[in-house]
Amino acid sequence: MNWIAVKSIYIYEMTRFFRTLTQSFISPVLSTSLYFVVFGAAIGSRIQEVEGVSYASFIVPGLIMLSVITQGISNASFGIYFPKFIGTIFEMLSAPVSFLEIVMGYVGAAASKALFIGLVILGTAYLFVDFEIQHPFAMVGFLVLTCISFSLMGFIIGIWAGSFEQLQLVPLLIITPLVFLGGSFYSISMLPPVWQIISHFNPVVYLISGFRWSFFGAADVPIGLSLLAIAGFTALCLSVIWWIFKTGWRIRQ
Amino acid sequence: MGLEPETAMPPILNVTDLRKSYPDGFEALKGIDLQIDAGEILALLGPNGAGKTTLISTICGIATATSGTVTVGGHDTIKDFRAARAMIGLVPQEINLEPFEKVISTVNFSRGLFGKPANPALIEKILRQLSLWDKRDSQIRALSGGMKRRVLIAKALSHEPRVLFLDEPTAGVDVELRRDMWEIVADLKRDGVTIILTTHYIEEAEAIADRIGVIADGKILLVEDKAKLMARMGKKELEVQLSQPITEIPASLVSDRLRLSDDGTALIYSYDTQSERTGITTLLSDVAAAGLVLRDVVTRQSSLEDVFVDLVHEGETR
Ligand SMILES: Nc1ncnc2c1ncn2[C@@H]1O[C@H](COP(=O)(O)OP(=O)(O)OP(=O)(O)O)[C@@H](O)[C@H]1O
Ligand SMILES: [Mg+2]
Repeated sequence: MNWIAVKSIYIYEMTRFFRTLTQSFISPVLSTSLYFVVFGAAIGSRIQEVEGVSYASFIVPGLIMLSVITQGISNASFGIYFPKFIGTIFEMLSAPVSFLEIVMGYVGAAASKALFIGLVILGTAYLFVDFEIQHPFAMVGFLVLTCISFSLMGFIIGIWAGSFEQLQLVPLLIITPLVFLGGSFYSISMLPPVWQIISHFNPVVYLISGFRWSFFGAADVPIGLSLLAIAGFTALCLSVIWWIFKTGWRIRQ
Repeated sequence: MGLEPETAMPPILNVTDLRKSYPDGFEALKGIDLQIDAGEILALLGPNGAGKTTLISTICGIATATSGTVTVGGHDTIKDFRAARAMIGLVPQEINLEPFEKVISTVNFSRGLFGKPANPALIEKILRQLSLWDKRDSQIRALSGGMKRRVLIAKALSHEPRVLFLDEPTAGVDVELRRDMWEIVADLKRDGVTIILTTHYIEEAEAIADRIGVIADGKILLVEDKAKLMARMGKKELEVQLSQPITEIPASLVSDRLRLSDDGTALIYSYDTQSERTGITTLLSDVAAAGLVLRDVVTRQSSLEDVFVDLVHEGETR
């Protein structure tokens, strides 16, 4: 294992992130604050408690998941697409590194960035609402797993994408709807029965539900199912990446 | 070590029947065989689209071969890619650099990528040698084209390769930098680095290479010692300048080796330096017998460029 290479890629990617720290930092803080003003204060005051917690607290886990998922995907997809686009990928391909090491470097960095943003949002949320985290270890576990699995997915998108448009396409057309319809801002039990059934086909529902359980101890779906869903999703991404690695798909000419 | 006769050493780079078809079906390499000894400089010449970059990319792992094998230092570039690639440095033809990155960090990154621990003293030496030390904290986008090319060279040297591929290192580079580059190549050779470079400047190959390879249309037409090649292919010309211009060659002198210069003031005789009898003595006495008065006599040797053009044309008509 070429650990020095993994570390080099990781640090290189993180430096890029910290170079634009203010942007990386301000935009999630700002958007979370806006969500709290709009959903928490304005709308939330008209909504009764959801599953025993105030609406403003209820949306905290969903907000964090929303950001972590979109950040993980966009960081990782951009991270690997950019060197492909400007041609610096040649160096990666000619270096004595395996695909596994490349994935660890890029996905590790993308997941770290997403985690960082997730924690910033958690901190911002504390400024607006009171809440307690009932299962802190499970919370961290869910958060870290989500960061990693969606960064893996982002990596796949970045390898697949042939243009900047395609890079935006999957997150825009698939991920954002899945996340918004995944119960970030509401409990599945608030939906009409038909939509409840449909929602159970949305993998993000399981993630957000499990994550919310770690905060409040209540969930839309059993916690075991949530764990299974995230484990399955991670495994799926890993096998796609393994296949890409085997075939050199879209990387080696 | 060191006492062995050179012929006993296995080639440091061994390419056997290498073929490469691109996904669109185009066969860019049509069975390349190439052996390169440790410490030599091979210049690869060939017209645009000959397959030079494809050959280098396939050896370095950027493109996958359709068939054939490549070993570097005895390590197969696929089965034992770590050991093989750790020995290779590559300066690509295209300038691929991240515009917002600093010179020093992109060079350090290359070293790390090759699994080598940080070595600031070495990096400083390389950057100084390439006159980049003063620019180490500049962003790449603030550098000139020639400087960017030197950054690519610094990146390739940062991990101390034993085999260095230079894909048109002096394209678009000014005369002074070209000389600098030749010096760097000479230095590397002194350190025992094997160098394979492609170029369109024949005088470059003439100046620095030990052996010359010519590639056209995905096939190696020849690989030969530079001096031998020049001697073998080198034709000499003798120019007999006349005191009075003439309109045609006198009948007694007509031969397919002799032609008249455009302005009629000189007879140009071409001969082979390798042959036993050059025919010069006979020519000169025949010229005198024909009543022509000589003003001066000059000889010229054909350049590698002529040799190259001849070869590629032969290759095309074959
Ligand atoms: N990615 C690709 N897909 C399809 N064909 C390609 C690809 N890359 C190169 N080729 C073709 O392969 C042939 C060899 O190209 P290559 O770049 O190796 O030439 P070269 O000898 O390096 O030329 P130059 O002197 O212009 O750099 C060309 O005909 C080129 O069009
Ligand atoms: Mg080329």
